[in-house]
Amino acid sequence: MATLDTAPRPVSPAAGATVATGRRGTRRRKRRGNGMVGWVFLAPFAVVFLLFLVGPLLYAFYLSLFTNGLATGEEFAGLANYSRAFTDPAFLSGVWFVVRFAVVVIPVQMLVSLAAALVLDSLTSRFATFSRLMIFVPYAIPAVIGAVLWGFLYSPNFGPLEQLFGEGAPFLLSPDNLFYGLTNVVTWQWAGYYMIIIYAALQGIDPAVYEAARMDGAKAWQIALKIKIPMISSALVLILVFAVIGTLQFFTEPQVLLPISNGSITTDITPNVYAFNLAFRFAQFNYASAISFALGIVVFIGVYVFLFLTRKRGGFLK
Amino acid sequence: MSVLSSPVRADDAVHALREGRRARRPRRRRTGSHLFLAFLVLYFVLPLWFLIVASTKSPGGLFNSPNGALWFGEDFALFDNLSTLFTYNDGIYLRWLGNSLLYAFGGGIGATILAVLAGYAFAKFDFPGRRLSFALLLGAVMVPMTALVIPTFVMLSEVELTNTAWAVILPSMLSPFGVYLMRVYTADGVPDELLDAARMDGAGEFRTFFQVALPLMRPAIVTVLLLSVVGTWNNYFLPLAVLSDSELFPITVGINLWQGLAGANNGGGVSLYTLIVVGSLVSIIPLIAAFLGLQRYWQGGLSIGSLK
Repeated sequence: MATLDTAPRPVSPAAGATVATGRRGTRRRKRRGNGMVGWVFLAPFAVVFLLFLVGPLLYAFYLSLFTNGLATGEEFAGLANYSRAFTDPAFLSGVWFVVRFAVVVIPVQMLVSLAAALVLDSLTSRFATFSRLMIFVPYAIPAVIGAVLWGFLYSPNFGPLEQLFGEGAPFLLSPDNLFYGLTNVVTWQWAGYYMIIIYAALQGIDPAVYEAARMDGAKAWQIALKIKIPMISSALVLILVFAVIGTLQFFTEPQVLLPISNGSITTDITPNVYAFNLAFRFAQFNYASAISFALGIVVFIGVYVFLFLTRKRGGFLK
Repeated sequence: MSVLSSPVRADDAVHALREGRRARRPRRRRTGSHLFLAFLVLYFVLPLWFLIVASTKSPGGLFNSPNGALWFGEDFALFDNLSTLFTYNDGIYLRWLGNSLLYAFGGGIGATILAVLAGYAFAKFDFPGRRLSFALLLGAVMVPMTALVIPTFVMLSEVELTNTAWAVILPSMLSPFGVYLMRVYTADGVPDELLDAARMDGAGEFRTFFQVALPLMRPAIVTVLLLSVVGTWNNYFLPLAVLSDSELFPITVGINLWQGLAGANNGGGVSLYTLIVVGSLVSIIPLIAAFLGLQRYWQGGLSIGSLK
């Protein structure tokens, strides 16, 4: 086995022969790979995958087929929990809330991160480097802490809004303003992360492309709009998928801000908050499982359809 | 983009080409762009600034500061606050910090090891069921992880693992996206020829992996490790669901516990708001330091997934 370090590298004239055997070796490897070597490497992950992804999903589905009443005990109920969920105003309003929220917050996040990335990509100053890090910093802050911090800043007791606006200061967690209050927290938390992904993709573009456009008389904003954005469309799709998945399972921020919102954040504000409270406040694990499973399936199908559509469009753009 | 619109433009362009790099970055100051950035920086740093300022205030000054919430008060109580933080409730805060470290590194290192092995398998081997498993993996990236929390809790409680460190660490080892990143990176970053050469030289599969492939996978490994450590450190839903003993809480659930108590005025003579503020500040320092220190690695690594 010691040959690895000491064996001479294949040099000509034998090089041609080595390459040839190398190719044959590839084929042989693939045939040998048909054995179990690949599975040996995959096995540890596969076990965790089965135990903590497939297992809980199937188990959630199983649990969701039963009801558990105090008097009746556990009882097979078929799809009754699902028909209950889809007629439950609390669940439906939660779904409606996250859908509305996604429609507003995702474009806001994408615009902020895209604008920031485009500007950063066009600058080389030290201040730009510094700004890039500062914009990214919220990603390193746990969502709980972020929500607590914004809760302080919104607070009429010791937040700065009161000092800026005086008595008439808006309380961003009041029923009327809640939507904007939460949009702000989520945008602040995630825009920097998206910005970094977009920025990395922009940096990967060959500058010669811009050169050609500039020779054709293109202005900076034209280059941004017609060259840069189309060339990073796969990064944008990736971010969009993350944002959709993340927004539909919205949980941490409303759950953390709930106690200080004076009741405008309810225990059914999003499907996840609702499922959590059903399970851990009211011990309705069967119904909560049905909601978790329904949410998981809806998100999965939604994202899958979206990816399918954008894949075609992406191919068309190229 | 239209063709050259005027000869003057064409001249400029040729000039620009001759002058090369310097001409490509015009020496204008770009004031507008910098103002825009300055505005963004102010917005993104505002809560942090508030946190730093508030950490230096005494419990009374937190609510009633003559200079407002966004500027330092008259007293400088940071060190008093810190000592209260670390001694309150027999130093429960340090326990939470330790728990967070344990969960984040246990879950993160585990997730990274699994992702490295699985990503290598997907990228470099042709085994039966490979296509199906990879399709399953891509599907799993799209499954919202929070949908798994409640059934995971019920499953773990049936094997009596709830309220243990394992209940947080084991589920955190699942990172389908990490596997995907490793696969994408390894497919190009580790040339087949090199692996074949090692095999030709008589190295077994494991030796080939450890001595040839693994060193080449380093940038992706750092990225996946950082992402999964951060993901576990920041996780809230899972520990909130599976842990009930406050001695086992990570920092996120702990701070949230204080926040709930502070609202109900249950601090027992100590201002919990001050503890929340100082505790938040201390808890975010390690991650910010890690990100700043390791930026060379993750900034490149984050683009791996988006380029394919």
